[in-house]
Amino acid sequence: MKIAVLKFPGSNCDQDAYHSLRDDLGLQAEYVWQDETSLNGYDGVFLPGGFSYGDYLRCGAMASRSPIMNEVRRFANEGRPVIGACNGFQVLCEAQILPGALLRNVDEKFICQDVYLRAETHRSPWTEGVTSTIRIPIAHGEGRYVASEDLVKQLEDKEQIAFRYVDAAGERSSTANVNGSVDAIAGVLNERGNVLGLMPHPERATRARLGSVDGRTILQAFQLVAA
Amino acid sequence: MPRIRVIVTLKPSLLDSAGRTVADSLVKLGYSELTTARIGKVIDLEVTSYDEARVKEMCDKLLANPVIEDYRIEGVIE
Repeated sequence: MKIAVLKFPGSNCDQDAYHSLRDDLGLQAEYVWQDETSLNGYDGVFLPGGFSYGDYLRCGAMASRSPIMNEVRRFANEGRPVIGACNGFQVLCEAQILPGALLRNVDEKFICQDVYLRAETHRSPWTEGVTSTIRIPIAHGEGRYVASEDLVKQLEDKEQIAFRYVDAAGERSSTANVNGSVDAIAGVLNERGNVLGLMPHPERATRARLGSVDGRTILQAFQLVAA
Repeated sequence: MPRIRVIVTLKPSLLDSAGRTVADSLVKLGYSELTTARIGKVIDLEVTSYDEARVKEMCDKLLANPVIEDYRIEGVIE
């Protein structure tokens, strides 16, 4: 399993992702620049966090129109594993590979803290390993997930809601939903379940020294798919 | 050269948290009649020749995200 860690101008979690995948999960990983036109030889994609194109216009807007995204779309359609964390999630939404959009946090603050997540479906490799409440960090100013009422219902019906923000006991509460996302949604899947976008950073929680290893339960999807 | 002004606004159904913060500040400054402020974007384009369909395409392809925003094209100055 060889993972392409994409780099856009302004990506800044690419090294976190690279080292997490290689050093902590024992996978192969290489950086792939946004102007590349082929992902041949790769089995999965990681779209990292950061501030691609300085968040100009809208978060992820310009990055989502870069050449490599045609290949990401191909991977998504072929059922290969694709994950976007933080800015990577915003890029996937802007590319309309995932539904909905991300807006400024309801309190207008950049939030950098640990959050608790509950997996809302187990039909995807991205959530299969998440059997209990997990704790991983967030660091974003624009992570309020928005979708119309109809879309939220559709996501619910098709089991596309991957994660919700919960408290330590695994229950939903207004304080747990730190950025004011609709229905406390922290991560969503495409219809097929092979593409995950989420605001929290699983790659920042894959070794004890980082304070949590819970991110492994998500990223192990790459291994599950390979097996 | 023709200049075109594109106005991009957040869909009315969505909370504009930045606009809300600005409105709160104006109320604190004494403008108690104010109930809402919403912040949008103004994008001025300059083109060598104006073709409405192509400017619309620019809006649909990049300048506005139809999931969260509306746009209108105004002020074409030849």
